Amino acid sequence: MSRVSVPCHVKGTVALQVGDVRTSQGRPGVLVIDVTFPSVAPFELQEIMFKNYYTAFLSIRVRQHTSMHTPAKWVTCLRDYCLMPDPHSEEGAQEYVSLFKHQMLCDMARVLELRLILRQPSPLWLSFTVEELQIYQQGPKSPSMTFPKWLSHPVPCEQPVPLLEGLPDPSRVSSEVQQMWALTEMIRASHTSARIGRFDVDGCYDLNLLSYT
Amino acid sequence: MLQEESDISLIIAQIVQKLKGSNLYAQLERQAWGSWEKRILKSLNSMCTELSIPLARKRPVGEQKELLNKWNEMGTDEPDLSLFRPVYAPKDFLEVLINLRNPNYENGDSLSFRTHLGLIQVPLKVKDIPELKECFVELGLNTGQLGIDDSTQVPPELFENEHVRIGQKVLAEQDSAAAQQYVRQGSPTALRAELWALILNISSQPEDILYYEQLKTNVIQHDLLVDSLIYKDVKLTASNDDYYFVFEDYLYQVLLCFSRDTSVLGHFAYNSASPPKSYIRGKLGLEEYAVFYPPNGVIPFHGFSMYVAPLCFLYHEPSKLYQVFREMYVRFFFRLHSISSHPSGIVSLCLLFETLLQTYLPQLFYHLREIGAQPLRISFKWMVRAFSGYLATDQLLLLWDRILGYNSLEILAVLAAAVFAFRAVNLMEVTSLAAAEAVLADLSTLKVMPLLQIFLFATVT
Repeated sequence: MSRVSVPCHVKGTVALQVGDVRTSQGRPGVLVIDVTFPSVAPFELQEIMFKNYYTAFLSIRVRQHTSMHTPAKWVTCLRDYCLMPDPHSEEGAQEYVSLFKHQMLCDMARVLELRLILRQPSPLWLSFTVEELQIYQQGPKSPSMTFPKWLSHPVPCEQPVPLLEGLPDPSRVSSEVQQMWALTEMIRASHTSARIGRFDVDGCYDLNLLSYT
Repeated sequence: MLQEESDISLIIAQIVQKLKGSNLYAQLERQAWGSWEKRILKSLNSMCTELSIPLARKRPVGEQKELLNKWNEMGTDEPDLSLFRPVYAPKDFLEVLINLRNPNYENGDSLSFRTHLGLIQVPLKVKDIPELKECFVELGLNTGQLGIDDSTQVPPELFENEHVRIGQKVLAEQDSAAAQQYVRQGSPTALRAELWALILNISSQPEDILYYEQLKTNVIQHDLLVDSLIYKDVKLTASNDDYYFVFEDYLYQVLLCFSRDTSVLGHFAYNSASPPKSYIRGKLGLEEYAVFYPPNGVIPFHGFSMYVAPLCFLYHEPSKLYQVFREMYVRFFFRLHSISSHPSGIVSLCLLFETLLQTYLPQLFYHLREIGAQPLRISFKWMVRAFSGYLATDQLLLLWDRILGYNSLEILAVLAAAVFAFRAVNLMEVTSLAAAEAVLADLSTLKVMPLLQIFLFATVT
């Protein structure tokens, strides 16, 4: 299924913390990132892709377009998705993550805005965020092709042309040619992975010093 | 005008984003490893220029003939190697690992719960004893083991005979997965060579023997600087060892061919290191004349030949010995001398060792730290060599059985911790690093499997 990237505007992260951010000793453990789509009409979200940077848990809330009369509400579509199995250690800390429509708790039909809520309960890390955020919607379906009439309505079998003298049976020849063609396709497809094992260049292995780049 | 302004501000925003360092950690890992690799290359280059020996040269025909005649007794050669020095030793590598830091990690100056008391400061996830018990369940007290239940006091009908019978069946069926499961309980000496070959998928086809002969021809034709390093290493380590000196000639035959084997380059796809590069003389910078040096991309360090030595007990035919060693290197041994966050990588093994010691022998760990004898400084060399040259050979082979069986090197860290646990009483009485080293200098009398079993399954936690 093809997908098309949706241009989005990622607002700066907002730390949620009790008390004054500057004077308090601890670091915030919750960050909120708002993602808006200024120039795009409400779309159906297919996939969210990003690179993690030490975020342990991710929740996503979505605001969808509804009919004229009811105001748009925020709905949680992903709750406490675990990115790091152990928040104190490196596992999963810098991985690329893809989240799909079917993993979401609600329908993602007419997305207006997204809000990513990042949590990192461990005090060991100096900062955490997600990077390279990309939103995808479903790509256009491949245009339906109209088949030529003779493909969808095959002509009934014709009377075979009488064999000319001395020539081989055309149906047998065609089946043999087909077999040969299948063989060549097989050989072309199976590239041998055996290396030749040459480490020199035309028999010469006279080297300069090792290069540092 | 407005469009240009917004374009420029977009570019500036992108540059600022890049400068913020989005993958600092990966960069730092690459930086640490990159500067380490550069050090190795510089060392090799300076050896090259100081001794006026080329990195590689084609042997004249007379010398080629001579080497071919001497192929099976290269050990009798006594070239002057005094000017060569190993490119690096395990303790140099340990210094690099100690200095690995994650810039996003809180490394406060004051001692707090987040300070790592050991040498490794990278917070990788390592298993604790309950997880290790689950992982190494076949080493448990209720399961028969070779190395424990085949000792002379135990009647063979209880375990050993049946185990041998199963081993023979596995070999008859040529079942590689069953063989891997089987050697977790140890492999009978008579069946070990075939079982390991089955697990590593080594078959002695004519093309494999031909490949080895081709490598031999490459050795005869070209002389590499790395060859002298290999000679020196074998002379310094394996030849001095009571168990392995008889295999000296085999070691040359395997290691010299190993350096010419370009198929080893394939393992760099999953190894964070990269092979050193060079250019044909006079064609600096031209990509068509770029080659790897040595051809297999692996520069041997002090003790490298000890990876091969124990295998000489099992395989006597050079091409099979070569294949088994090469497979074991690209599956396991390369992780012991390259930086990565893999659970079997040396960084994880070091952290696992330190964490086990700190958690289950806290008094010992604290005492050793206080006297300036960080335990990792002693056990690092054991783990880097996979205990080769430190244990008795039959014990070492039982240990390597489990490496193959569990497809993981974590057992090395567990054994290192178990050794410290075993000698804990003596270690508590030492007052210096040298004395601690002396207590742990001789491991040749240790029985590996009882130590592992007691440490994992019989220690009160």
